Amino acid sequence: MSVLWIVIPMALLLAAIGVAAFMWTVKTGQMDDLETPATRILFDDDDVTSPDETDAVP
Amino acid sequence: MNPVTEPRPVATRVRCIHCGLPVPKGLVEPGSDRQFCCNACRTAWTAINSTGMSEYYALRERLGGDAQPAKSDGGQYEEFSDAGFRARHIQTDPQGIERCELYLEGVHCAACVWLVERTPMVIDGLVESRLDLGRAVVSLAWDPARADLSTIAQTLDHFGYRAHPAGRSSQLRARREADREALIRIAIAGALAGNAMLLAIALYAGMFEGMDEGIRFGFRMLSAALGTASVLWPGRVFFRGALGAIRARTWHLDMPIALALSIGLVAGLVNAIRNSGEIYFDSISLLVFLLLCGRWFQQRGHRTAADALDLLFALTPSAAHVVDDAGTVVEMAIDSVEPGMTVEVRAGEACPVDGVIISGMTTLDESILTGESRPVRAGQGDRLAAGTVNLSAPIRVIAEAVGDKTRLGMVMRDIERHAREHTPVVGQADRLAGWFIACVVMLAGVTFLIWARSGVEAAFAHATALLIVSCPCALALATPLVTAVAIGRAAKMGMLIKGADEFESVVRPGVVLFDKTGTLTIGRFTKLDWIGDRQLESKVAALEAGSMHPIARLLAERDPAREPVQHHVEAVDHRVGLGVVGMVDGHRLAAGSLELMHALGVKPNHDLEQQAEARAKLGHTVVFVAQDGTLAAVAVLGDELRSESASTVDRLRSAGWRVGIVSGDRQDVVDAVADTLGIEPEMAHGGMSPTAKAECVERHKKNSPVVMVGDGVNDASALVRASFGVAVRGGAEASLAAAHAYFLRPDLGLLPDLIRGAGRTVAAIKLCLGVSLGYNVIAAGLAMAGVLSPLVAAVLMPVSSLTVLGLALHARTFEAPESSR
Repeated sequence: MSVLWIVIPMALLLAAIGVAAFMWTVKTGQMDDLETPATRILFDDDDVTSPDETDAVP
Repeated sequence: MNPVTEPRPVATRVRCIHCGLPVPKGLVEPGSDRQFCCNACRTAWTAINSTGMSEYYALRERLGGDAQPAKSDGGQYEEFSDAGFRARHIQTDPQGIERCELYLEGVHCAACVWLVERTPMVIDGLVESRLDLGRAVVSLAWDPARADLSTIAQTLDHFGYRAHPAGRSSQLRARREADREALIRIAIAGALAGNAMLLAIALYAGMFEGMDEGIRFGFRMLSAALGTASVLWPGRVFFRGALGAIRARTWHLDMPIALALSIGLVAGLVNAIRNSGEIYFDSISLLVFLLLCGRWFQQRGHRTAADALDLLFALTPSAAHVVDDAGTVVEMAIDSVEPGMTVEVRAGEACPVDGVIISGMTTLDESILTGESRPVRAGQGDRLAAGTVNLSAPIRVIAEAVGDKTRLGMVMRDIERHAREHTPVVGQADRLAGWFIACVVMLAGVTFLIWARSGVEAAFAHATALLIVSCPCALALATPLVTAVAIGRAAKMGMLIKGADEFESVVRPGVVLFDKTGTLTIGRFTKLDWIGDRQLESKVAALEAGSMHPIARLLAERDPAREPVQHHVEAVDHRVGLGVVGMVDGHRLAAGSLELMHALGVKPNHDLEQQAEARAKLGHTVVFVAQDGTLAAVAVLGDELRSESASTVDRLRSAGWRVGIVSGDRQDVVDAVADTLGIEPEMAHGGMSPTAKAECVERHKKNSPVVMVGDGVNDASALVRASFGVAVRGGAEASLAAAHAYFLRPDLGLLPDLIRGAGRTVAAIKLCLGVSLGYNVIAAGLAMAGVLSPLVAAVLMPVSSLTVLGLALHARTFEAPESSR
């Protein structure tokens, strides 16, 4: 059962990576507005003022 | 054909090309395929088309967005470039790009997102425009060398969205940071709880099937680490809350939570290190996670109320045109204006001060304080209040009161004070918290005493178990959750509710007080009826065509589709305060008051005069029309009742409510409306000032809960004092900050739905509280009996939370009628 001593830290590490990824999405503002992006996807590509580019500005 | 009883045509209604609403008859342009219901819509349509954005309309059609009239007011937004404004609302980032958030009135659908986010293509220098549809807030970023905020706001205004600063930039940033931190806390707590539960499952399995002692110890230490991290990192908000409550010497739901968490943590740590006894880290970390979720819902709810209050300050004009000693006009921030200064108010502007007119003649819209939207003539020596809109010509005003000292300022202050007081510091769950702690501590003591005979260790174990399982987890989750779900459903039906704290007051029927103008009625003067010779209607319209008087403007409305005849008008003579006289198609025509008819020596018509008198008693304005010296017709003008007013009043009465009217209008007019709606005469209060309305609400409140329904600033004081205040109009209005709920569309029929939904929400909250307390009682009983193993606790706790969750999601609170999607 000593394999547990490798598996458990790995599981915790994976969870930590998941949390870190979520924290990144929150900190870059991706969770600030959950409503509008759903409508933005309806516009044709040439309609959009490429919000992704403007978002890149830190 | 009987011209007198002929119904008004409905089928031939012309619709506005921008918003799709019916175009008032007077604004219909014959032969044009572009019809507009108002100037704002015309501006918006022209702006959208001239900038190549016409796809907006196709997009709106395709995405199924409902159209709304443009909200623009044609303002110049000069104050947005003011130094004080810049300091408060504009941020500059290191690249020299300026950023600001603006609240936009009138954004409502996906096509609006498209239009607003395309503005960078129209304005050179605007680099980013992102709309948050839920909050109706646009985030703008621009290069100050090439663009300025005034121009950007003007363009948005032209597109039909009136712009207001969304709040101080520092405040907005702080709030965003707080939101993000809360989310991160939930994520961390969730991950820790998930892993602690995985370890716990292994430990429980090991309990039944045997487990290597080294692994068991390792697992227990690991879950101790996870549990400790959960309590000390994301869970520390509860300790902060509990400490705050202790310092303020009040009860708070955080106190029993902090108690359970700390006891569980300490007991668990001791047992983990001793390597014997129970540990509770799975339960504790799950608690932290669930409680943080509950807290999140609660904060969301409070946010709406705070937002509305912030908007209040966007309402008052922020700049004034001051005339200095040399006679030149300078623009000044409103804070620098002092009593005694002369202020110029241009046409279309709202007056920034309370004062006396010293030069100019104009018409004023005083609806912000009186609620009556009929324009009033004013000239030298007349007083006007801040917020009054100057409709026609520039005037100069000597300031008597400025800022908070103005009548508007005092109303705003009053609303603000009340609204802040209203935000309950102690919610229902918090009120229960004190009892809860007392019970739990007492029961823990009893448990300890019962088990003391079988050894101190067992007694400690059972008392600890009791303290942990009776953590009011479901209790903290129940109210916010039911409320959040109910408010979400209500919003889909077109009602924005700020919080469920006041729902309790509408559970049992009391008194509903309606404002009249704009609430029970449409709030606009229209031509209601034409008694007598129908042929004269279009002739009078032609006669009145040149006049600017509001009543004349209404009479000048005509439907070219039905009356294509062009009349020949000559020798028009406007008699101020009386009416108009002139020759139309060779006949001498006069339209005006009864005095005008007497002055002209018109041959009377008793039948017509009697009918006119009857209508005047109903509060309608009558205009007499004479042709060739004989009284021939009477035009009836008035403010029409909303089509749903009568049925709403009936529904409320059948539900047991007493219905009344409080209005600033004349008593006889109010009586007439009350009579039409079947409201008892003693409940019809007319001639009420904003303060009198507020007092009336207070008076009724002594006997029973009062629901006040109104619109506009003049009702705000009454709305904020009522047990439950409802504003019928959305937008950036003072009533918004004052009311507990407001309707997104002008439909009074929502009121009974709102009251019923509120009652059901209260019932659902009580059910959830009962269920969650029931679980706590069962768990406490088991703990006292000494049969509560950590495994039972670990099952019982999530099950209770899940039950509450299920009940909250499926409670029939607000139900949309079948017809809406």
